[in-house]
Amino acid sequence: MGHVLNVAVGLLLDGLAYGMILFIISVGLSVTMGLMGFVNLAHGAFAMAGGYVTVTLMSTFGVPFLLALACAFVLVGAASVVFERLLYARLYRASELEQVLFSIGLVFMAIAAFTYVYGPAPRPIRVPAFLSGSVDLGFRTLPAYRVFMVAVGAALVAALWFGFERTSLGAKVRAAVDNRHMAQSVGINVDRLFTMTFALGSGLAALGGGLAVNLLGLTPTFAIQYLVFFLIVVAVGGRGSIRGAVAAALVLGITDNAGKYLYPAGGAFFIYAATIALLLLKPAGLYGRE
Amino acid sequence: MAGSERTAAPAAAEFLLRRHRWRAAEALPWLIAIGAYFAFPDYLALGTQILIGIMFALSLDLVLGYAGILTLGHAAFFGTGAYAAGLLAAKLGWGEPLTGLLFAGACAALAGFVSGWVLLRYRGLTLLMLTLATAIMLYELGNARADITGGYDGVTGIVIKPLFGRFKYDLYAHTYYLYALAVLLVLFVIARRIVYSPFGQALVGIRENLGRMQALGSPVHRRLVTVYTIAAAMAGVAGGLYAQSNAFVTLSALGFERSAAVLIMLILGGTGRLYGAFVGTAVYMLLEDRLATLSPEFWQFGVGLVLVLTVLFARGGLFGLLERAARAAKRLWR
Repeated sequence: MGHVLNVAVGLLLDGLAYGMILFIISVGLSVTMGLMGFVNLAHGAFAMAGGYVTVTLMSTFGVPFLLALACAFVLVGAASVVFERLLYARLYRASELEQVLFSIGLVFMAIAAFTYVYGPAPRPIRVPAFLSGSVDLGFRTLPAYRVFMVAVGAALVAALWFGFERTSLGAKVRAAVDNRHMAQSVGINVDRLFTMTFALGSGLAALGGGLAVNLLGLTPTFAIQYLVFFLIVVAVGGRGSIRGAVAAALVLGITDNAGKYLYPAGGAFFIYAATIALLLLKPAGLYGRE
Repeated sequence: MAGSERTAAPAAAEFLLRRHRWRAAEALPWLIAIGAYFAFPDYLALGTQILIGIMFALSLDLVLGYAGILTLGHAAFFGTGAYAAGLLAAKLGWGEPLTGLLFAGACAALAGFVSGWVLLRYRGLTLLMLTLATAIMLYELGNARADITGGYDGVTGIVIKPLFGRFKYDLYAHTYYLYALAVLLVLFVIARRIVYSPFGQALVGIRENLGRMQALGSPVHRRLVTVYTIAAAMAGVAGGLYAQSNAFVTLSALGFERSAAVLIMLILGGTGRLYGAFVGTAVYMLLEDRLATLSPEFWQFGVGLVLVLTVLFARGGLFGLLERAARAAKRLWR
């Protein structure tokens, strides 16, 4: 009995930590897709870039882990503005096919460039001592990094919720997601709003990428390996919905993690079957607008 | 005014009739293919794979280029056909090639019909996700049932009987090249008839303005499912030929990479113009054969760059560029 409980708690914590990573990376994609309807398959590339920035800053320049994460957030977020203004902005009115192809092209270029610079082998990371051990709760011990992940994720959910629901900027974003033309006609600068959310979303993806290195590993193909999961979070949660992204990411993280452990041969199969079933019933996702 | 309308109608009919007539230039790709058979006898194995790739891209052109269905899971049908043909020969011992191809096409058509009937009610991101998830689910199913599919090792022991009981296969793929070329010709004629038929025009209408086609009373869903099923059958035949000519099938036949690659080949050539599939596939696979082994990163970066540039500057693909160049040359000539 005790053993089963231990396994269950372990699986739940692992799944939560994994789900938090999925949420942190996907939430920006969800909001930008909701705002502009842009199908950006290159979002995973920003997460991958964030991972490499974190690892490089730590190993080459000796920057501490948390500071390196903050740098990844800022650097990748800033770099994404350049991409958004120069390239993405030209394709807002293009068809979904063109957006898909364009962003697949960007992913390929990003993977090739990072493979050229860093090589195809996984990059290790040395997380600080206070995150690499375990936390003693008195009645049980838990792996520290996963507890940290869940805490960071929960803090970000709270911060994003506050920013989205309680600030005027968030209200503008919500208005623009609901009805872009109406928002524009009441004087909201949707283009600038989009640039800002794009930068924030890419920065969060980079932060998620940096946090993910210790749990999921880091190779250049990270950009495409987890892409389907990011897309599932967005599509199942409903694009533009933070609440949906939280729910979808956590459910996906926990079920995928549990499925891999309990039924390794066909675990992934059920994730996709469930995704299809849910999308057939609710095409706009859990919290999306029809 | 009335008079000009009356003269305009026969002119339009004349234009529509003229549009689907065979032109002399259309013999060119086939002459090149036959010429390649004699000119490059050592590269016929690659040539066979290119012909199979053209079939696959052609089937995607029907779905994407003409009907405007955005799918990221077209390899599901290629893989279904490949496994159908492969398992038929390896497990059931039925090695006759042509019936094997028909079986592959039929299995893929069934998969296309069932999935299309369910999925083609949706559009946009939802449809994209549904096609992607369906294809990956099939991949995971193949992975989970390794007892049937052989898992990562794939289906081996595929023995194909001589074509028509007479033509044996050699190491240099002479027979397979001509066999694939003949199958491609048949599929191409079918596809060409479809796109110039009223049915094909209705598909273009759906692509260009779905709401208007619905308002006109066009049975949109039925038409989309029909073309999806036909294209799935064609992709299945291509997959079946792939299984027969390689004598093995692995899960890569079903993978996302294959769906993405065929999309890239078609876009590179140009969508909605049939011959775009020929140009794009041939250029992509020839370059891949040279460059991918030389430097995989360089190749991948180049593919990405070409995709980005195509979307930004050359939306008709290579074939569209050719058309534009031809039009410019014509203007200069005058």
